[in-house]
Amino acid sequence: MNWLLVVEQCLNGLQLGVMLFLMAAGLTLVFGIMNFVNLAHGSLYMLGAYFAVAFLKWTGSFAASVVLALLATLVVGMLVEVIALRTLYERDHLDHVLATFGLILFFNELVAIAWGRAALFASVPPALGGFVEILPRLRYPVYRAVIILVGLAVALLLYVVVSRTRLGMLIRAGASNRTMVAALGVNIRLLYTVVFGFGAALAGLGGLMAGPIYTVQPGMGEEILIEVLVVIVIGGIGSIRGALVGAVVVGMVDTLGRAFLKPMLATVVSPAAADSAGPALASMSIYILMAAVLYFRPQGLFPATRS
Amino acid sequence: MRTIKAATVLALVAALLAGPAGAADPLKIGFITTLSGPAGIIGKHMKDSVELALDHLGRKVGGLETEVIYGDDQRKPDVGKQLADEMLKKHRVHVVSGVIWSNVMLAVAPTVTGAGTLMVGTNAGPHELAGKMCNELYFTTSWQNDQTPEAMGKFMQDQGLTDVYAMAPNYAAGKDMVSGFKRYFKGKVVAEVYTKLGQQDYQAEITQLRAANPKVVFVFYPGDMGIQFLKQYAQAGLREQIPLYSVYTVDEISIPAVGDAALGNFETRYWSPDLKNEANARYVGDFKKKFGYTPTFYGAQSYDGIMLIDSAVRAVKGDLSNKKGMVAAMRKADFKSTRGRFTYNVNHHPIQNFYLLRSVKGAGGEIEMQIQKTVFENHKDAYYQDCPMKW
Amino acid sequence: MARRRRALAMLAALAALAAIPLVAGLVNQPFYLDLFRRIMIFAIAAVSLDIILGYGGMVSFGHAAYLGIGAYAVAIPALHGVHSAWVQWPLAMALSGLAALAIGAISLRTSGVYFIMITLAFAQMLYYVGISIEPWGGDDGMRLARRSQLGGPLDLGDPHVFYYVVLAILAVLLLVGDRVIQARFGTVIRAVKSNEPRMRAIGFSTLRYKLAAFVLAGAVGGLAGALLANQTEYLTPSYMHWTRSGDIMVMVILGGMGTLAGPVLGAAAFLLLENVLSAWTVHWQAILGPLLVLVVLYARGGLWGLLPGGASRDG
Repeated sequence: MNWLLVVEQCLNGLQLGVMLFLMAAGLTLVFGIMNFVNLAHGSLYMLGAYFAVAFLKWTGSFAASVVLALLATLVVGMLVEVIALRTLYERDHLDHVLATFGLILFFNELVAIAWGRAALFASVPPALGGFVEILPRLRYPVYRAVIILVGLAVALLLYVVVSRTRLGMLIRAGASNRTMVAALGVNIRLLYTVVFGFGAALAGLGGLMAGPIYTVQPGMGEEILIEVLVVIVIGGIGSIRGALVGAVVVGMVDTLGRAFLKPMLATVVSPAAADSAGPALASMSIYILMAAVLYFRPQGLFPATRS
Repeated sequence: MRTIKAATVLALVAALLAGPAGAADPLKIGFITTLSGPAGIIGKHMKDSVELALDHLGRKVGGLETEVIYGDDQRKPDVGKQLADEMLKKHRVHVVSGVIWSNVMLAVAPTVTGAGTLMVGTNAGPHELAGKMCNELYFTTSWQNDQTPEAMGKFMQDQGLTDVYAMAPNYAAGKDMVSGFKRYFKGKVVAEVYTKLGQQDYQAEITQLRAANPKVVFVFYPGDMGIQFLKQYAQAGLREQIPLYSVYTVDEISIPAVGDAALGNFETRYWSPDLKNEANARYVGDFKKKFGYTPTFYGAQSYDGIMLIDSAVRAVKGDLSNKKGMVAAMRKADFKSTRGRFTYNVNHHPIQNFYLLRSVKGAGGEIEMQIQKTVFENHKDAYYQDCPMKW
Repeated sequence: MARRRRALAMLAALAALAAIPLVAGLVNQPFYLDLFRRIMIFAIAAVSLDIILGYGGMVSFGHAAYLGIGAYAVAIPALHGVHSAWVQWPLAMALSGLAALAIGAISLRTSGVYFIMITLAFAQMLYYVGISIEPWGGDDGMRLARRSQLGGPLDLGDPHVFYYVVLAILAVLLLVGDRVIQARFGTVIRAVKSNEPRMRAIGFSTLRYKLAAFVLAGAVGGLAGALLANQTEYLTPSYMHWTRSGDIMVMVILGGMGTLAGPVLGAAAFLLLENVLSAWTVHWQAILGPLLVLVVLYARGGLWGLLPGGASRDG
């Protein structure tokens, strides 16, 4: 057994998980605090990627494009919340589903009208290209290592904000009992808008980091949206800790499944059967995982308590 | 509030009552492709090429005033079939053309031919329609799906390459590509890896690939999967280490999105923008002038489709009811194709050359596909013997 | 009084649908037959989803799986020479019902968003399995050699006959559905949606009722799938993809959930809009999207709620 290979695959799984975490954190915040199902989260991810490409073209600086793209996604998120979604918090989840589904269609087309349907060129900035030698004989792409670091930094930041700052306290209080918080004089509407914008920015961060390694094209958010939904369900809705754990677990299971499931299967069944069953099972692995988790813990691993 | 509701209802009713526009044009062609969604870019290429063909013909196909009705199949077979029904029954088209995806084609083609109407496919090449389900009224200006990887297999076999690592998405087309490849490549295949359809992140598979240490990599990753794979393959530093051969992965749509990551890759194809013949020079030159981007094979096939229909209508002197005459004319493939002259096999699929292409830095510094050599001359597909038609 | 009005509205809608073939014949547009037949088939699917979604409050994002199973239940026997609808269609309903039983038994242990996701997961699993099974075409799908045979003069190959068969099935479904909703079973389901702990406190084994509703919805979904396979004469595993479930869900919500006519209206509106808009412009999704948002914001009971007097929530 090539242990170096296993270590590298674990790193890959961690990196995939961290990417999912960035998306999941925003989604679970919005879900947990505002009880709002936001399917358009994938569209905000897409906008982050597009803004980054556009600003890079405009300014020529990668750092500037990152900051501007984050700001732009934050603004778009808040605008969407104020214009379209604000009145829907009291409504049924299904109304959220329908409305945000409509937003997905709209944003996909908007992006196609503005930038065309062809995938845009986005590549890893030269400063972040190359490899870093993590262990002897294990070279890992710098860019992916940066993604892991950024993701962990964001997780730490979120932890600090939510548990140590006033804003975080308001967020947690608002999740527990919205009416009471409003009665105490807090501008709950502003709070929600800020939280939504913050979640959008996180999604945008995920998008702009994904752009160089994935494709930047209309509809790029849908595929990852499903995985993110799986992550927050496994982790427990409303819990950032759950989102992190869920994301890393999903990233690991998916990566290790794709890498090792077929060879492992081939040891117990015929190679031909492993050939067809392996890939199929690997595609389903995260769904099987989710079903298993929900069977034993119907509220996910770390359900956030709500009143 | 009430006015918004009323307006919505009224708009719906008005839209419903609006019937088809202007029944004066004698020749109607229905063109089904994917115009929305992520794959809409392919539909755009096809539509633009059809429009260019119409321009070249003076908006008169076969000498008749022509109306092309486009339909967006949204990549769904049942929507494709509904569009076919609509084109046949509502618009009463004389020919149906287009269709990108094999599964949409398998729903649409029998519907069209079953209604006694001609169908000219301009991309999908499922083996069923080349074999058992071949039909007198069904022609294609593209290829049979397996032919392209067969050419790659032959090239690699002739070169004596070995230790091939094959990857494709886990669906029918992916499996067909690899089996087509193996039909002509008899060397050692180190591994066949099938990934999830639509997968974005290939880091895990690339890590495995590197550990297996093959000499050559062969992949089939169409559309956005290709863009992702090419970027990540280059980022893993493998582009310089292990040569990458592919089919339907590196083309004029994916190259602008991946840039240098696609440099130096090999593909096999029946056509390339730099293929030297009169019709192609005109097509590529005028296309770039009119639309400002380089056309792909999807477009070249669609352009040819219109030209094929043109030759058939001309041959029957505009008598569109003479279907037998049109079929006979189409069989001759007597038109200036962007691939040069070709003949039709008994199953109405082209017998054509296949070339080895490489993505290189062109004269203007842009990356483009250039033909390196001919791999197959007058190559027939592997399924024509199952076709019961004889003529 | 509301009941009478509802029944009249439903009769009017059915009569309008029955008249379509005649109108289509008059204006010589046989395509409308195919279009409205497809609408009715999706209406059947939407009504089946509404049973659990609108009335039962169970938001299943995996409903398209049952359509897929029903479709395969027609195509696979046809592949082996069994063309009788009397075998295929009950088989479709039985297999879908069984799948619903298995999926429901596991999924109904959860609720809310967890339920949504787990039903989605199961549908996706079936989809990926479908793609991998080569003898049944994988994602190239299967062709239906011949439409289901009903026997005698009922030849589904004749578009008119097929149309009226589907209409009859829809009418029966609406009738039976209405009876079920008003009967004890329906009342229990609606009460469970409204306040499940109370129902349990009274002594109802709510899980059994919910599961029964889930199986019923799945079985009818399977029938819709069987009809869809006949309509397209072709099927692929993509019929089971979660985005298809989303489409059906949009039809239910758009039309007005928790009603029987709502899903029918929603299916008609969604498919007609799609058909008309995509012919006008390539960017039709940029129009349909905001339209859906507007409906959600300003039309609370869906389209059914927009119609005068149709806004009564209990069906």
